[in-house]
Amino acid sequence: MDTQQDILTMPHEQLEALQLEGVKKTVVACYENVAFYRESFDAAGFDPYAVESLDDLSKAPFVTKQDLRDNYPFGMFAVPRSEVKEIHMSSGTTGVATVGGYTDHDLRIWGDCFARGIRFAQGGVDDVCHICYGYGLFTGGLGAHYGSLAAGCTTIPISAGNTERQIRVLREMGSTILCCTPSYAMHIADTAIEMGIDPATEFSLRAGIHGAEPFSNNFRADLERKLNYKVLDVYGLTETMGPGVAIECWEQDGLHLAEDHFFAEIIDPETGERVPDGEWGELVLTSIDREASPVVRYRTRDITRFLPGTCKCGRTHKRIDRLHGRTDDMLIVRGVNVFPSQIEDVMKTFEEASSWYQLELTTKGSLDVVTLKVEVNPGFDFDQMSAIQNLQRQIKAALKTALSVGVEVKVVEPKSIPRSEGKAKRIIDLREGAN
Amino acid sequence: MIEQLTVFLENTEGRLSALCRSLADAGIDMSALTIAEVADYGVVRIICSDPERAVDVLDEKGFRAMDTRVLAIEVPNKPGGLADLLETLGKLGVNIEYGYCFSIDSNRAVDVLKVSDPQAAAKAVQDAGYKLFTLDELV
Ligand SMILES: [Zn+2]
Repeated sequence: MDTQQDILTMPHEQLEALQLEGVKKTVVACYENVAFYRESFDAAGFDPYAVESLDDLSKAPFVTKQDLRDNYPFGMFAVPRSEVKEIHMSSGTTGVATVGGYTDHDLRIWGDCFARGIRFAQGGVDDVCHICYGYGLFTGGLGAHYGSLAAGCTTIPISAGNTERQIRVLREMGSTILCCTPSYAMHIADTAIEMGIDPATEFSLRAGIHGAEPFSNNFRADLERKLNYKVLDVYGLTETMGPGVAIECWEQDGLHLAEDHFFAEIIDPETGERVPDGEWGELVLTSIDREASPVVRYRTRDITRFLPGTCKCGRTHKRIDRLHGRTDDMLIVRGVNVFPSQIEDVMKTFEEASSWYQLELTTKGSLDVVTLKVEVNPGFDFDQMSAIQNLQRQIKAALKTALSVGVEVKVVEPKSIPRSEGKAKRIIDLREGAN
Repeated sequence: MIEQLTVFLENTEGRLSALCRSLADAGIDMSALTIAEVADYGVVRIICSDPERAVDVLDEKGFRAMDTRVLAIEVPNKPGGLADLLETLGKLGVNIEYGYCFSIDSNRAVDVLKVSDPQAAAKAVQDAGYKLFTLDELV
C-alpha cells in the first residue's frame, strides 16, 4: 500500500516547485474553462499565463463563497458535466448552497488527503474505521469513507444517528478509528456511559478523526479520557474539497496542510495582503490539481496562522494552527484586527475570572475605547481592594500582550453581563458609526 | 476571631440600598458597615448576625459576597485607646491589612482588624492582655 511517505517528507523547495506547476495549470484551466474566472482575472488585470512564481499568484483576485453561490449550480465547473462523477453541497444557511464537483481524479485525491489522518495514526489494513459523519451531500461522511478505503481500513459506513446502535457496533466490531464530529463523539461516549458501558475499556478505539466543528483543548482531553484514544483535528470545506485539506498528526501540534494539493496563503482580511508566518489571518486556498471545481485564492473566512518551524514527526508539509474562529467575528480596534477567540484564550488562563465577560467598544474623541467587563468566580477572595485591582491589572497586561491593544478591565457584579440562552454576548459595539 | 461579611459592589445607583434591603428582608442584623471604594467599585464590609446565611442570601440575590475572618478587639473608649493597641501590634510584628472601629457603649470600643495570620495574631493580642469579642457579643 502506498503510504505517501515520500510526498509527505519531500524537501519543501521541491514541494514548492510542484505547487508552482500545479498553480500555473489551475489558473490557466480556470481562465480557459470558467467564465467567472475569465471575467474576474481580466477585470483585475491578472494574466494567468504569466505566473512564474508562487508570489505572482498574489496578483490574482480572490474568490468568495458568494461568487460560488452566484454561479450555482454548475457555473464554476472547469470540466464538462459528463466528467463530474459526484457532487457535494454545503448547506446554504442563506438559501443558496455552494456546489462542489468531483471527477474520478478529484475523488481519488480527496481519499488520499483524508487517508493521511489515518496514516498519521499509523492506521491501515489492521484497522476498522467507524464512520458516523452524516453521509450525503455533506462532505464529512463520504470524505472519511474515501479516506478509509484509500488507507486500506475495513470501513463501517454507519452514518450518523441511532446512537445505541453505534455503541453496539463500536463494541462488537472492535472499531479502532472513529470518524465523526467531536460533539457526536462526545454524545456516543456519554450515552455509552449512561447505558452502563465504559467506552474506555469496552471499545477498542485508538484514534478519532474529528472535524467540521471547533472544539477546545479541554473538550479534546475530555473525549480522549472517556474514549481512551487520541483525537486528531481535521480541517476542510466543501468549497475546496471537504475534510482532509489539513489534518493533525500524532504530535497534535498543528494541522499539516495537504500542500501537494493546495497552496495556502494567510492574509490580513482587511487589506488582503499576506501576513508573515506565525501571524493570525484568514486562510486562502488555491487548489493545485482539482479538475472539476478548482479554486484560485478562495477566501475561507477561517482564521488561523502558519506554525513556524518543522514538526517533530518529520513531515515537511506546513502546519496551520487550530482554527481561531471566522473573519465574520473579527473586530478592528484602533486599526488592529482582534478576534474574539484571542480574548477567550486569555480569559481561560485566569481561574478567578468566570466565563461571563464582555467586550464593550466605545468612542472617545476619535479613539476607540475597549472595556472588558468580567464577573469573578465565587471562590475569588476580593476582601482586599488590592485583590481586584491586581486581577484587573493582570488581565489588562495579558490582553495587551495577546491583542496589541490596550483594554480597560472592569470587574463587575454577578449577572451584570447579559445572558441569552445561557451564553454571554461577547461583544457590544457602541462606537460611532458601528453597525 | 469573628466572621465579617464582605460584599463587592459596583458604584452604581441603588446597589448599596439594595444590599441593605436584602439583608433586612432576611432578618439579618447589622452592627457595623464600612465601605472602601475606588472609582468603579467598592468593597463593603459588614459585621452582622449570621454572616454565613448572609452570604447565601446575597448570592441568591446576585451579589458577590463572602465571609472573611477578622479580629474584633476590645479597646477602652477613650483618647489613645486605638493608638495603644496599634503600638502593641506593631511591637508584636502583626501585619494589618485594613481595620475600622466602632464604639459599643460609653466605655468600650471595637477595633476590627484584618491581619495576615489571624490565628497567630489572636493569640499574640490576647497574650498582651487584650480581649477578643465573639460575634454574639457584637450583634
Ligand atoms: Zn507532524
